[in-house]
Amino acid sequence: MSDITVRGGRVLDPANGFDAVADVVVRKGVVVELAKPGGKASGETIDAAGLVVCPGFVDIHAHLREPGFEHKETIATGTQAAARGGFTTVCAMPNTEPATDSAGAVEFILRTAAAKGVVRVLPIGCVTKGRAGHELAELSELADAGVVAFSDDGAPVTDAALMRRALEYAGMLQTPVIDHAEEPALAAGGVMHEGWVSTRLGLRGVPAAAEETAVARDIALAETTGSRVHIAHISTAGSVELVRAAKARGLPVTAEVTPHHLTLTHEAVLTGPSEGGALAYDTNAKVNPPLRTPEDVAACVAGLLDATIDCIATDHAPHATQDKLCEFDAAAMGISGLETALALCLTAIPLEAAVERLTIAPATTLELARHVPGIGSLSKGAPGDVVIIDPEAEWTVEPETFASLGKNTPLAGRTLKGRVVATVYGGKVVYDAR
Amino acid sequence: MRATSQDQAVERRSTDDREWTRQHLLDVDDLSGDEIDLLMETTDSMKEVLGRDVPRVPTLRGRTIVTLFYEASTRTRASFELAGKALGADVINVAAGGSSVEKGESLIDTVRTLQAVGADVLVMRHGSSGAPHLVARHIRSSVINAGDGWHAHPTQALLDLYTMRAHLGDVRGRRVVIVGDIAHSRVARSNIWLLSKAGAEVTVCGPATLLPAGLRPGDPPTEDPAALPRVNVETDLDAAVEGADVVMALRLQKERMSGGLLPSLREYARLYQLNESRLARAASGALVMHPGPINEGVEISPAVASSLQSVIDEQVTNGVAVRMAVLLLMCGVKRA
Repeated sequence: MSDITVRGGRVLDPANGFDAVADVVVRKGVVVELAKPGGKASGETIDAAGLVVCPGFVDIHAHLREPGFEHKETIATGTQAAARGGFTTVCAMPNTEPATDSAGAVEFILRTAAAKGVVRVLPIGCVTKGRAGHELAELSELADAGVVAFSDDGAPVTDAALMRRALEYAGMLQTPVIDHAEEPALAAGGVMHEGWVSTRLGLRGVPAAAEETAVARDIALAETTGSRVHIAHISTAGSVELVRAAKARGLPVTAEVTPHHLTLTHEAVLTGPSEGGALAYDTNAKVNPPLRTPEDVAACVAGLLDATIDCIATDHAPHATQDKLCEFDAAAMGISGLETALALCLTAIPLEAAVERLTIAPATTLELARHVPGIGSLSKGAPGDVVIIDPEAEWTVEPETFASLGKNTPLAGRTLKGRVVATVYGGKVVYDAR
Repeated sequence: MRATSQDQAVERRSTDDREWTRQHLLDVDDLSGDEIDLLMETTDSMKEVLGRDVPRVPTLRGRTIVTLFYEASTRTRASFELAGKALGADVINVAAGGSSVEKGESLIDTVRTLQAVGADVLVMRHGSSGAPHLVARHIRSSVINAGDGWHAHPTQALLDLYTMRAHLGDVRGRRVVIVGDIAHSRVARSNIWLLSKAGAEVTVCGPATLLPAGLRPGDPPTEDPAALPRVNVETDLDAAVEGADVVMALRLQKERMSGGLLPSLREYARLYQLNESRLARAASGALVMHPGPINEGVEISPAVASSLQSVIDEQVTNGVAVRMAVLLLMCGVKRA
């Protein structure tokens, strides 16, 4: 835990409504004040003049793959990728091998993260044993071991009765349940959004209704149980409308959206990173839920801006090259998203909104302050997690330079605006591109 | 040897001033009018070769053609093999079931191996849409798509167009009805592209469960230029065939029943079988086509299938000539 002062930047701290040029002073790993610029500083300093300084980003949905799939990602490389993307907190989804359905599995992740991780890892535990969807995992033991939420992500909790019981039980533990909202019978075998592009390419589609029927079910169960349900990676206009209506009725429902669902459409599968030419069948644009239509993208952006959707989460899903270098039907689903998240978000929404939805909003959504007081803010006493960004800097996405082992992005070669300059975690510089 | 002047005519075709520059044939969607004409004219020459006493020319002697089939096929594979042999090429057939594919080798490794052993042309069929596009990006050999998933079957569409032209002349303005499982059909997709390019008026017809997104009744048309061309959509076959010049029935896969897409073969045949009374609504002498293999008594009634209006056998014969034309043109490509 160290001392550092980030000097002279435009400090954006949405949690406190702060937006002014200031020095962020971190002592012993903790924010002690936002000082008038130009004061004297002890310890290490970072000159942030002309740059934007904000709380470290919080990702409530990432796949770190360890244990079990270390050829795709490890806790070490995943957290390095997080640091490069400006994230100082990553919530790790439990679809590992073994799945995170026991206290021992949680302890492994926390211990590995402490030893090899460069930013904070908060584990998410399974809803059901082995993510098999049959029996509840030992949710209380998982909560005591330190999980911040429950989810079978990658798979929905298909059995509505089991989902109801999970919500009741998790409500007792005051821990949210995150559902990967998908009706499997409607999604079965689908590899992209069902629409004119899937028809054009002859690929099996996943209709928007596969998500929307599941979202409607989850909302009904939230009402039945009074427990909170969090909808992962919302992707359709219809889902956004369902959540909007549920919130208007005061139901305990929250939702997240990924940077790619805010910016990319199903046409990415057709064209690949370079427009024109032969059909791409770009496996790097294969993701679940699939990239949808321009109307869905617009609805997600509008929903995020009017607070129907609570926050941004990356759904960082790294895969090894061979998992994607194959037939489209056989390719793994997912996008390596931590290192492009900020820039992608800035193509869709204003800087101030993006910072809010990447910091205090996700922290509030999962009530992470119960675990890490002050997280997602630069409040006095908050963790010394600071990211310095240059919102105007243009850069070209070169997956081979990613810290993540997952080079799978449909953005290769794309020029984006908005770059992370440095990331400070607990007062220590963990990424520095200066 | 006789007919050497005709051999020379065959040779000359590949040095026609409308030169074929395409390395791969993955679909028909981006063929130009000139390319289509060149293919059709080259097919005429190949028909002539096939009509000889000894239907062989040595044009592709020394060339190696590999057929790589990941899905069962009788006529397409045999048709390519005959086409290659008629042109004097060496033809090697690789069935995915009998190769390293069973040992878990990736598609790219498999095709690189076939390239390394000297394949000039790879004719491939694969159950996954886009598989030939992936292969074409990773090898120097020419790739001919012999059917990928639900996406494309370019030589089938070419032989269908050739067959139509043989009977109707120019198909511009002609009404072609494609009936059956449009959603899961690569034949339908490639025919929609090629017939639209050739100026025909295409109607697709089938139950709503077998029509793909964007081609279901009431779907808003997609304006995007990358989408499939606009076609008429009809769920009532009687209405669709009214005045049609061509009725093409597609093969119905039996597994559509278990998927809940159809109640029964019996009901499908009741609604969508091309029978004599339905054919009577079409233009007089309308052509009856089917890519095969036919489910007897399902897609087309036996009487119609064996009627004089049926050109189904001719499709098969023309298939060999079209594939000879494709192989010839592809092997004439000058590579950098």
